[in-house]
Amino acid sequence: MRRLAPPPRLVGRGTMYLMALLIALWILIPIYLITMAAFSPKDVIYSWPKSLMPQSFSLETLLFFLNAYGVLASVRNSVIVALLTLALSLVVGAPAGYALARFIFRGKDVYRLMILSTRAFPIVILSIPLAVAFIRWNLYDTVISVALVHTAMALPTTILVTSSVFIGVSKELEEAAMVLGCNRLQAFTKVALPLALPGLAASAIFTFVLSWNEVFAATILTLYNRTLPAHLFVQLAASPLPFRFAGGFFILVPAIVFMFFVRRYLFNLWGITLK
Amino acid sequence: MAEIRLKGVRKTFGKVVAVQDVDLTVHDREFVVLLGPSGCGKTTLLRCIAGLEQVDKGRVFIGEQDVTDLPPRRRQIAMVFQNYAVFPHLTVFENIAFGLRMQRKPDSEIEMRVKAAAELLHIEELLKRYPAQLSGGQRQRVAVARAIAVQPQVLLMDEPLSNLDALLRLEMRAELKRLLREIQSTTLYVTHDQVEALSLGDRIAVMRDGQIIQYDTPLNIYDKPADVFVGGFIGNPPMNFIEGQVRVEDDKVKVLTSGGEIEPTPEDGAILRKLKDNRVLIGIRAENIEALPTSAPDALEATVLVVEPLGSHNLLTMQVGDERIKVTTRADFKVQTGQHLWLRLKADKIRWMDKASGRALYA
Repeated sequence: MRRLAPPPRLVGRGTMYLMALLIALWILIPIYLITMAAFSPKDVIYSWPKSLMPQSFSLETLLFFLNAYGVLASVRNSVIVALLTLALSLVVGAPAGYALARFIFRGKDVYRLMILSTRAFPIVILSIPLAVAFIRWNLYDTVISVALVHTAMALPTTILVTSSVFIGVSKELEEAAMVLGCNRLQAFTKVALPLALPGLAASAIFTFVLSWNEVFAATILTLYNRTLPAHLFVQLAASPLPFRFAGGFFILVPAIVFMFFVRRYLFNLWGITLK
Repeated sequence: MAEIRLKGVRKTFGKVVAVQDVDLTVHDREFVVLLGPSGCGKTTLLRCIAGLEQVDKGRVFIGEQDVTDLPPRRRQIAMVFQNYAVFPHLTVFENIAFGLRMQRKPDSEIEMRVKAAAELLHIEELLKRYPAQLSGGQRQRVAVARAIAVQPQVLLMDEPLSNLDALLRLEMRAELKRLLREIQSTTLYVTHDQVEALSLGDRIAVMRDGQIIQYDTPLNIYDKPADVFVGGFIGNPPMNFIEGQVRVEDDKVKVLTSGGEIEPTPEDGAILRKLKDNRVLIGIRAENIEALPTSAPDALEATVLVVEPLGSHNLLTMQVGDERIKVTTRADFKVQTGQHLWLRLKADKIRWMDKASGRALYA
């Protein structure tokens, strides 16, 4: 059977751009609407029909949100939890990634698989026993408990990403450093670490955003010391519209900032080069 | 500067014996090449000397010191790696200065020694650049400069030229030779390229299956290979090996091959006499066979199978009895495929080998 001639290249490219545009709009329009609403005064948010153009600029909604009971405290908690998670997962995950990248040891493949399989274990099932354990250890309703769970959730990605980062740093470079007078640790800090730094930073920011956005574990494991997503999750249904928009905006911003800073590195990681 | 002494060094990876009880001495200021096919353990041996691998048995000495249990940084060595291993996050200057900074030398001395090393390798104008802005050949120069800047007791080089393209390799080879003459460092150089080995080394250690088979000057390795493997591995084309049987008739020793009889020199005859009726191999280099257009009493008749004109000479593939051998002739020697020629083997250039063991018949 005779095949249809492929469509002219120009059309193919045009379709591709059209699809890219549609996907971009699908993501950007809600972001745009939320942002616009977050910077609009109350009466504009409630007005109907809605306008797609900003009507008036005001910080009223955001201030209302920030001054609402518990919001600032939860933002502070979120930041603390995210930073703790970031530090813990790097301290535990980066050496594990380094070991996976550098050494051949018995059970290496099983180890790698186990790391991944922890992600297959639903946090929903884990959360009740965890809550019980944390109550027993007097850790319930603390930022530490949430950070620990977030670390557990982030570790698989951290380990696998850092291991791929360290694989990218040639072993010969460390050996060269050792021959030139470094001990093992100096070879790591003077050569491997600086070369791995961009990758480690990307992994760290990834962890930060994961923790910043995580709702479920945070909601189960805290009561008063809630993180922002947990706080919003509980409050949202009972909140007025401006509160929801401002909250949505607040959750969005770090993720966008993250994408902006690490996209170059993520693209490299995925094998796409960006000029 | 110092000598390197290995005593019974063994290194195993799991069940694989990479280096098998090697003894080796590299004299002070000597340039020794470790030559062997890939997987023969030459790089592992070098890494054992560098301290990047722990030996399982035996001792490693550098100078008078037993360094077997010392980490690389305490061995006063420098190493040039196959992939250069130039630090990408440091400038050329900082790369060359790396070892000196680790030794906490004063800035003025570092500056001076980096400049001196850079000058030796003609990379003075690249000092401010990063490795990503350099070509492969330039990176190699940085790697060598970095190694010599620390003025090591011993310089170790692991196939430093193998990643360069052919022309650049030729150029760097000559330059390395000049450079190492100049700095007079004790050098151990690993390569699988026999031409590199012949052209660079004061002595060559030929390795195979984790053992050193022959350790001698390039000329002796070429002319007097210890066994069939060395003869075949070194030289291009490889040494010819023709099978024959030792005959002793009326006190005269002759070796009968499928192409005819060969008469050894009196000295070789004395050795061969003891092997009466045994099978031996006649090892002979292509350039030690004379091709004659007409019959001669002591020559073997042969048919030309392939003629390869190589400019400076012709390389002929010939059928002699049951064997195929390579013969070189002068470029102006007129010859055609299918033609019959007579080959005269220079008796004093023949390397006699035992057929069964493949080892040369000399003590």
